[in-house]
Amino acid sequence: MSDSHAVAVVGHEEGHSEHPAYQRHHFVSMEQQNETVSFGMWLFLLTEIMFFGGLFTAYLIYRNWYFPAFVAASHTLNLWEGTINTFVLISSSFTMAMGVWCAETKRSKGLIWSLIGTLILGAVFLGIKYDEYHEKYELHHIPGEIFHFNSQGFVHPSAEALKTGEKPLAPDMAAKTEVYFSLYFAMTGMHALHMVIGMVLLSGMLWKASHGGYMNGHIAFVENFGLYWHFVDIVWIFLFPLLYLISRHA
Amino acid sequence: MSTIVSLPDQATARIPKRNYLTNENGLLSWLLTGDHKRIAVLYLISITFFFFIGGALAGMIRLELLTPQSDLMASDTYNKVFTMHGVIMVFLFLVPSVPATLGNFLIPIMIGAKDLAFPKINLLSWYLYLVGGGMTLTAMITGGVDTGWTFTTPMSTHFSNTNVITTGLAIFVAGFSSIFTGLNFIVTIHRMRAPGMTWFKLPLFCWAHYAASILMVLGTPVLAITLVLVVLERTIGIGVFDPTKGGDPILFQHLFWFYSHPAVYIMILPGMGVISEVISTFSRKRVFGYTAVAFSSVAIAVFGFFVWAHHMFIMGVSNYAVLVFSLLTMLVAVPSAIKIFNWAFTLYKGSITFETPMLYAFGFMGLFTIGGLTGVFLGSSGTDIHLTETYFIVAHFHFVMVGGMLMAFLSGVHFWWPKMTGRMYPEKISQLAAVVTFIGFNFTFFPQFLLGMLGMPRRYAAYPHEFQVLNVFSTAGASILGVGYLLPMIYLIWSLKYGEVAGNNPWQATGLEWQIQSPPLTENFTTIPIVTQDVYDYEWLERQKEHEVTHVG
Ligand code: HEM
Ligand SMILES: [Cu+2]
Repeated sequence: MSDSHAVAVVGHEEGHSEHPAYQRHHFVSMEQQNETVSFGMWLFLLTEIMFFGGLFTAYLIYRNWYFPAFVAASHTLNLWEGTINTFVLISSSFTMAMGVWCAETKRSKGLIWSLIGTLILGAVFLGIKYDEYHEKYELHHIPGEIFHFNSQGFVHPSAEALKTGEKPLAPDMAAKTEVYFSLYFAMTGMHALHMVIGMVLLSGMLWKASHGGYMNGHIAFVENFGLYWHFVDIVWIFLFPLLYLISRHA
Repeated sequence: MSTIVSLPDQATARIPKRNYLTNENGLLSWLLTGDHKRIAVLYLISITFFFFIGGALAGMIRLELLTPQSDLMASDTYNKVFTMHGVIMVFLFLVPSVPATLGNFLIPIMIGAKDLAFPKINLLSWYLYLVGGGMTLTAMITGGVDTGWTFTTPMSTHFSNTNVITTGLAIFVAGFSSIFTGLNFIVTIHRMRAPGMTWFKLPLFCWAHYAASILMVLGTPVLAITLVLVVLERTIGIGVFDPTKGGDPILFQHLFWFYSHPAVYIMILPGMGVISEVISTFSRKRVFGYTAVAFSSVAIAVFGFFVWAHHMFIMGVSNYAVLVFSLLTMLVAVPSAIKIFNWAFTLYKGSITFETPMLYAFGFMGLFTIGGLTGVFLGSSGTDIHLTETYFIVAHFHFVMVGGMLMAFLSGVHFWWPKMTGRMYPEKISQLAAVVTFIGFNFTFFPQFLLGMLGMPRRYAAYPHEFQVLNVFSTAGASILGVGYLLPMIYLIWSLKYGEVAGNNPWQATGLEWQIQSPPLTENFTTIPIVTQDVYDYEWLERQKEHEVTHVG
């Protein structure tokens, strides 16, 4: 090898497939495959952050401009339901983490139950979200044609609210609550859509797990789905304070 | 011991029987393929298809502008035609052109991998591209869109009664195609490099794609969500961009340009990657200042995210913001200039030859420089306020995008054609085509700078009489340019059957892609190479010419 430009040969000859069936042909080793897949997943989550980032930017700008309207409108959200949902979602992240652990340690039963738990908690979250949406619908807080704010307490707060010293909004500021609700629906809707996609994938995984899947050590899919699910959870961890909590009783 | 370099192999007068094209037969084997090279070919065909549709629309625009009156079509038809022209050219041609075809084909080979990291996602990208393209065509056929390719609100949300929703969703879908391509490239370049292929042995083509991919991955989702908001505003009336509800149409522009300024670098960076390869090969020298050129790609990508508001100087952004964005815009020019200067230094004292790819590369350098310099006029808010929304803009972006990117694309297609197909194209006529394109281009777009300075506004079907002479020049030039684009189409297809057999390394270039057979095997390498050679090591190659040479695999 005196010539530094020489090239040696590594890897195996074609046709000699000693590697496991789930190793794709273009990877040299399982290790390389797993690293690659998980790197891809992180990158995908980065694109998701940018995707939600557009909405968060819009939210922060408008909140700055129409601060009183945003505060007033956020008071109409159901704090209880939001709080419960936060717990539900964190619990589902926990069950999902359990699932990944069970897959790693080859506990088939545990994996199946963890996935079922995650699925149920996801459904509970969406159910509560549905209830919140429904309430908004009945209050005419859905942006668009039916949106209506005058009678909804922004201009004339309820007697109870007045007692706590709440001031009515000027009508033009009250009208800006529609922007708040637009963003509320866009952001929580996009989040819910991610939940729905997640639940479809969860169901697929559950089906496979109940047929003995993921017990051979090849659990990249479970792991990466776990990342996705935690990500969706984290988005909510940002949405909840922004939409429900901050300046709630300013 | 075998070396990785094979010098001209006149011996192989036949195309290897076993290669990625012949590996499997039947339509289905193509439509379900995971092979990055086949997917590249699929892209090449479909992108060319859309390019010619976009080109036909350009022809209609230029014909209309031959005379001062709007006589070929009514104003609203004209609006739809230039919108479709813009949408197709930007989202269905410029953005995917080099990455999805040449990048797809070459990146795995250049880094010594058997495929991209995610072959199935790669195929999915192509289908998303087709769906997006199909939806765009549907929108065009069923009534068109008239908002311009920028979908500016409130035109797009309130006043346009055309197919904004279909087109918006089409771009959304095509956007995901581009996100996945970028994601695939980044992961591949990080994780799939052959042993010895260090970051600083990467061909500059890969560096450029790496930088462009960062933009695709970070910018495109913002465009996607912005278009979703437009669609939601049109369908259910949420008011994020609607001033009557307290929303802000300017916010749309911030979000849109946050993607679309970086998008011009998505379009141009891969082209710059092509130029680096071509210039190095045909001056037989390592690219001068390799590291600077590599990092300038990344610098362009990073700065590219901080200049978007230069598209909005007349939108009522604060004076302070105008100042800052003017300055930042000037800063982006620096890494671009680094590239141009380094290419020039590479040429200096090189043994330059003028094969077709090199002619296109020269075209790129000239036209991109003009486009870039006129960008400085537009980046300076003072002159921008005078020139914006005139033909100066149209000329500027055509110089950068058509003069730049399209030249680079053609350069790259010619350069790697022998590798992709195993055959050479006819040299004389292809050189002629390059020259015709260059002449036609200048005839078409140079008059538009003058028109812009004289004050002819863009996006109108009719114009005052005094602008006619220059417009006639421009239209005449466009027909020359059209010939310039048709010629390669014809002789490249011709060469598929009748072209001379190219051999592995017709240009005697360095780089892993030239060490394997043409067309390559499905798995690219029979054995994964260990790279010990420096990148662009032409000096060494020259020394080896005298020696006996053996082949790999
Ligand atoms: C034969 C070549 C071409 C001719 C004659 C031509 C002509 C034109 C003209 C006259 C306009 C201005 C419409 C207006 O603002 O009033 C235009 C717009 C545009 N062109 Fe081209 N073009 C050509 C090729 C291309 C190519 C190859 C691309 C991209 C690869 C491209 C991208 C665009 C874009 C993005 C717009 C902006 C559309 C808009 O304002 O919405 N053009 N073109
Ligand atoms: Cu820009």
